[in-house]
Amino acid sequence: MDRKVVVPGDLLSEDAKRSGEGTYVRNGSVYSLLYGLANFRDKINVIPLAGKYVPGPGDNVIGVVKDITFSNWIVDINSPYDGLLHISEFPKRIESDEMSKHLRIGSSIMTRVTDVDPTMKVELTLNDRKLGQIKAGQVIEISHTRVPRLIGKGGSMISMLKKEVNCNIFVGQNGRIWINGGAEDMDLALKTITLIEKEAHTNGLTDRVVDFLKMEKGARS
Amino acid sequence: MDESDISFFKDGLRLDGRRADQLRPIKIEVGVLARADGSCYIEMGGNKVIAAVYGPREVHPRHLQEITRAIVRYRYNMASFSVEERKRPGPDRRSHELSKVSREALEPVILTSFFPRSVIDVFVEVLQADAGTRTAGINAAAVALADAGIPMKSMISSCAAGKVEDTIVLDPMKEEDNFGQADLPIAMTPNGDITLMQMDGNLTPDEFHGAVEMAMKGARDIYELQRKALVDKYSKMVEKTGQEEVHACD
Repeated sequence: MDRKVVVPGDLLSEDAKRSGEGTYVRNGSVYSLLYGLANFRDKINVIPLAGKYVPGPGDNVIGVVKDITFSNWIVDINSPYDGLLHISEFPKRIESDEMSKHLRIGSSIMTRVTDVDPTMKVELTLNDRKLGQIKAGQVIEISHTRVPRLIGKGGSMISMLKKEVNCNIFVGQNGRIWINGGAEDMDLALKTITLIEKEAHTNGLTDRVVDFLKMEKGARS
Repeated sequence: MDESDISFFKDGLRLDGRRADQLRPIKIEVGVLARADGSCYIEMGGNKVIAAVYGPREVHPRHLQEITRAIVRYRYNMASFSVEERKRPGPDRRSHELSKVSREALEPVILTSFFPRSVIDVFVEVLQADAGTRTAGINAAAVALADAGIPMKSMISSCAAGKVEDTIVLDPMKEEDNFGQADLPIAMTPNGDITLMQMDGNLTPDEFHGAVEMAMKGARDIYELQRKALVDKYSKMVEKTGQEEVHACD
């Protein structure tokens, strides 16, 4: 794979059609918008090395309730913008004065972004079997720019990880990850995710993670 | 002091041994602050400046918020120990002005429309001043913004030219700035769009064009250094993990 470190304003291609994420077109040429790694495929994408999470529709995220209003829970989703979880998006029908019985301030939830409007009002939902309040396990936080690497191409990395460490894992696009399983398994999952975060920008990572898991497991038995 | 008292050139070289069109030595370090989203430390000759970028984040106070775009706040501040005579700490007329022009130098390249209702905060602290702190501040801020992962159309580089003893010189140092005839700082994108230009003193039109030309060349050289600092930070990251890999194999 052809990859290169670029800074904002670097010329990437003279063919405007190859403009992908993290790039822009000026006078028919493609330039980088970000400081990050440029991937030269059909389209040229620049993956940032840092930055804040900006919510998009369909993203699974992990949030923490930080306030309750008349009919909304206000949820911190590790982003410049707060999420709004409306009472009608709760799986059960509940009354507005009973909101704090179900989700209190400080409760962690696995949730999904349904809509983001141009003023960045972020609407969330809990209406899915996969979603809900977090009652067990632990949540760790990595940079959201590393999440695609953790998931891997078509989910290859994460499904391998789930199987190997024997844990339930929920990856939030906002960089928060929920892990649930036996104490030792969780420990291993944590170590592995830290490894992936640290080496997200290197090649051949999946193979290295497999080796790492094999070695760790060998040490344990 | 009377201007005729001092000579700015000795054997065709300046007081610090530079040629007229030569920059002072520059050192740039990226990501020096762990708490900030992006940061940069720069030394340009005797100037020592640190820049920190936070955001995009929620705007406080709320009324400053813009519905369609992010706002940019830039604070230029001089440490009380940055100059020979202790500077009274806190904002003053000069630092207000520099904050404003520096912000306006950077704002055109930042894609503020990506982050409506948020703020990008840039803090520039001058630890040691030696003429040209605003240019050093802008250079550091541009690198810190890139380090924070903020989308920009290009980098911004900044450099000054001045006039002493009727000669145009690049990147004036303290003595030349204080006792010279003119000072002309500019900031620009690598393809030559100027986003800041100030001048004090007097220049003829010809001198002015020469000075702009020289400052632009200086800014281009600085751009290369900014770029190199960012690229080097990445390769250092790769090296570090590479070492750990070896360790893990043992």
